[in-house]
Amino acid sequence: MSVAAPEPGRNMGQPAPRVDARLKVTGEARYAADFPAANLAHGVLVTSSIARGSIASLDLGEAKAVAGVIEILTHDNVGSAIKPLPFGNGSATSISPLTDAKIWHDGQIIALVLADTFEAAREAAYKVKATYNAEQPSAGFGSAGAETLPAVGQAQSHKEDPAVGDAEAALRSAPTVIEVDYSTPTQHHNPIELFSTTCVWNGDQLTVYEPSQSVYGFRAMVAKQLGIDIGKVRVVSPYVGGAFGAKGSMTPRTGIVALAAKRINRPVRCVVTREQGYTTATYRAETRHHIRMGAGPDGKITGFSHEGWEVTSRPDSYVVAGTEASARLYGYGAVATKVNMVRADRNTPGYMRSPPEVPYIYALESAMDELAIALKMDPVELRRINDTMKEPIKGYPYTSRALMECFDQASAAFGWAKRNPAVGSMRDGDWLIGMGCATALYPTNVGAATARVRLSADGTVRVQTAAHDLGTGAYTVIGQMAAERLGVDLAAVTVELGDTSLPPAPVAGGSNTTASVCSTVLIACDAIRDKLFKSAGQPNQGPVKAVLEKMGSGAIEEYAEWIPPGAPPDAIKKLYQGASTLKGGLEGEKMMCAFGAEFVEVRIHARTREIRVPRIVGAFTGGRIMNTRTAHSQLMGGMIWGIGSALHEKTEIDARHARYMNRDLAEYLVPVNADVPQVDVILVPEEDAEVNPAGVKGLGEVANVGTASAIANAVFHATGRRIRDLPIRIEDLLDV
Amino acid sequence: MRPFLYEHADSPERAVKAGGQFIAGGTTMTDLMKLDVMRPEKLVDINPLTHSRAGQIEVTDSGIRFGALVRMAQAEAHPAVRSSYPVIADSLKLAASQQIRTMASLAGNVLQRTRCEYFREVSWPCNKRVPGSGCSAIGGVNRQHAVLGTSGDCIASYPGDFAQALIALDAIVETTGGPKGLRLIPFAELHRPPGNTPHIETVLEPGELITAIQVPAGPWTRRSRYLKIRDRDSYAFALSSAAVALDMDGDTVRQAKIALGGIASVPWRATEAEAALRGKRLDEASATAAAEAALAGAKPQEHNAFKVPLAKQTLIRALLETQRMEI
Repeated sequence: MSVAAPEPGRNMGQPAPRVDARLKVTGEARYAADFPAANLAHGVLVTSSIARGSIASLDLGEAKAVAGVIEILTHDNVGSAIKPLPFGNGSATSISPLTDAKIWHDGQIIALVLADTFEAAREAAYKVKATYNAEQPSAGFGSAGAETLPAVGQAQSHKEDPAVGDAEAALRSAPTVIEVDYSTPTQHHNPIELFSTTCVWNGDQLTVYEPSQSVYGFRAMVAKQLGIDIGKVRVVSPYVGGAFGAKGSMTPRTGIVALAAKRINRPVRCVVTREQGYTTATYRAETRHHIRMGAGPDGKITGFSHEGWEVTSRPDSYVVAGTEASARLYGYGAVATKVNMVRADRNTPGYMRSPPEVPYIYALESAMDELAIALKMDPVELRRINDTMKEPIKGYPYTSRALMECFDQASAAFGWAKRNPAVGSMRDGDWLIGMGCATALYPTNVGAATARVRLSADGTVRVQTAAHDLGTGAYTVIGQMAAERLGVDLAAVTVELGDTSLPPAPVAGGSNTTASVCSTVLIACDAIRDKLFKSAGQPNQGPVKAVLEKMGSGAIEEYAEWIPPGAPPDAIKKLYQGASTLKGGLEGEKMMCAFGAEFVEVRIHARTREIRVPRIVGAFTGGRIMNTRTAHSQLMGGMIWGIGSALHEKTEIDARHARYMNRDLAEYLVPVNADVPQVDVILVPEEDAEVNPAGVKGLGEVANVGTASAIANAVFHATGRRIRDLPIRIEDLLDV
Repeated sequence: MRPFLYEHADSPERAVKAGGQFIAGGTTMTDLMKLDVMRPEKLVDINPLTHSRAGQIEVTDSGIRFGALVRMAQAEAHPAVRSSYPVIADSLKLAASQQIRTMASLAGNVLQRTRCEYFREVSWPCNKRVPGSGCSAIGGVNRQHAVLGTSGDCIASYPGDFAQALIALDAIVETTGGPKGLRLIPFAELHRPPGNTPHIETVLEPGELITAIQVPAGPWTRRSRYLKIRDRDSYAFALSSAAVALDMDGDTVRQAKIALGGIASVPWRATEAEAALRGKRLDEASATAAAEAALAGAKPQEHNAFKVPLAKQTLIRALLETQRMEI
């Protein structure tokens, strides 16, 4: 056992090392762009340098003259060969490049150059000359021409603004009221594995190798784009080098590459550059928040109002609407919320790790700190006073909620009691010290899933399900569930994932994979046990070894489907067709959430004002922990991301042209090792039999919720400056 | 990337004769070639020179001579550099990443190009890349840009660290292949402010090759340091930096050598600050006066006004910390 592999507590699995660790560190694990293909042609994208207007002309002469160039796809020769997809349900955008001359955003795909080598394709791509009929674009908030609309009535994903009681009256009568605005910037996922698509046709059968969080979803979408039957398509994505939501919904590139491969009758691989990834995939859009909170002298919050604004593209109504979570986090009196979308000439945003919670809970948890200051109350105590086992909107109960236990354990480990609450009171030489804390929560989603498990007489087990391992440890924890249930060693279990030739599993989104897939594998394993012990005429208990030895040869295979409560009966049929049905979380009559509490220390140089985070402590509950090593790693990574979202990450936009500027990892900053000297994770034991059969609450996303507010709160404690617009940078703390 | 000719050169004479764009560590060149910003027709690989004098560090009583092909990591780790020229060791240690420092040559490092995003993306107008096309950074996103030494045609900042130590210590550049053959160029004259020709960044003639960098010894080199302020703690360009070397008589400054980074179009010697400190007792007040003098001519843009107070504070802190050094 070590820091990275914590001793399992109650209701926690062993810290088994990742079963694919050796494959990954030796380069044996095959990522999508690693699959060999005979006679492979290379595709390089050409993207627009304007954000709004249309292509006037494309001069391909110089590009076509490059030796090795085979063909160049443009709107002139693609057109209706690609069917535009509607936005949503697995499609990242309705913007359909190469189908017409219209330009919706900066960096839109305007051509795909195909050549015998990557180098020739890239050279030719630089030689494609586009002229445009350019129009003045709107970059986002505050830009002329940006259109603000209420999300309700526009966005499929947000049907109603949560509200209860008369919040205005409550705010009017509260003795202590705060009214504050916050904002969060544009952020891009930047998974280390670049976006790529490799398409291989065999007759009318298409195989797509692409890093994906939803192989069945991608299969359905690319089939629609090409107008072919989904049965003709196979999508393969066994390993994914980071995704964070960016590889969850399919972007139009996939069908374009498939069409290219068909046209030239050769396999085609297109690896998108780091820079092009910023505009041809999705991102976390910038948000603004207006929060009002009123409380009595006892700290009880009597009125809460949260209005949010989010940027989206011109044609697509993408919103994250995190008021669903902020409105239910504490036992407020009256609540009023509203979400607005702001249409601009941008690519369509999309899911990014804790999509709703990162911006909205940042705003809420910062406001909680401001309220605590206004009430002259310890911020932990303010949260204790407003802790609740029932959400305030409908009074629905939480299945389990150990938020304050998280606060107490993290606070003790951090040494919160030694904090002098007076602003600017703590100092170490030239460094000002600040300490802050915040709540983290993430809904426990669970999706309809299927799995096939085979137990052979030699004691080996094979688990097959088209779930996805994004680097999270899915191969390992799914194997652990089968090993535990059947009473065999983990080494005897082989897990196959990420391929539409396997039974379907939901999109790896909303932190549902462990809960959904482990529950389904559990059901399949139990069915195997039933069969095995029944046929042997023995009581169903203990390991299967002795019974298997009697069996001698053969195997038992079970296919299981699991539909979570509240999901429609055709959820499995839809899953095969590429649509995931996620339930649980905050949408039913029982609130299901993972919780956490994070404490940070910041140090700010008294003179030059650089901000550093020497330590961060987080305590989390996630129901059953399948593997303390992979859970620890997820939570640690989440908190590190949280540090980045507080202090580093921001996609800069040239507002005159609605174009992204810092599109590489030298200029788009994320924390490096030197920025995260000490990150402590506490796994707080919890049991919750109601959430799903496995008793698992997903931990993939909870830890980067709240971190930014804990840091902002600590910066205030150190300096007395309340910075409400992220990221907090050196210029915010200097007198200019 | 466009096709190019590639040639090895195993002596400075052959490198010059080959006539092309020199490449050493390639950490800037290949990056900019992939972005289509630099389009050399011929690359002359001078890495074979690493095995000659151009790959060596020579330490004498009169100073240090760094061969042009010495790698950043090599110079940073050299015991004499660390003990007698800490400002040089610091400036190298705080630059880039370990991987880049292991590849990058010292001469290549001082010639690295700006990180201005409008320069690095070919679809933007940029006077540095395409003379006369305009400066997109003026009125654009310009948080990282320069506040000193800019012009109406270019506000790009010089991104390097090592060069600040060199300019502060009166380094001299040895070259060959120029119009007069061998020549010695004061480091302070190597880089040209943008003026109305921002595409011409140095006084080097086409085909002229840096063979070595000399740093003269002086009573100030031991009491010297490089302070770099940046958004994160490693692998980030300076928002502001200060290279400071002090020759002290007790608390009185005999001579101060000062350069400022991250805020200027070229490596920036702060001669006004040096003059302000000469013969003065070094304390908060005199350091502040020096910082004010250094930034008196600053011309901020929309997003980088903070660099003015930041550069002042950086210099004050660097001066006071250098004063406190135990040598």
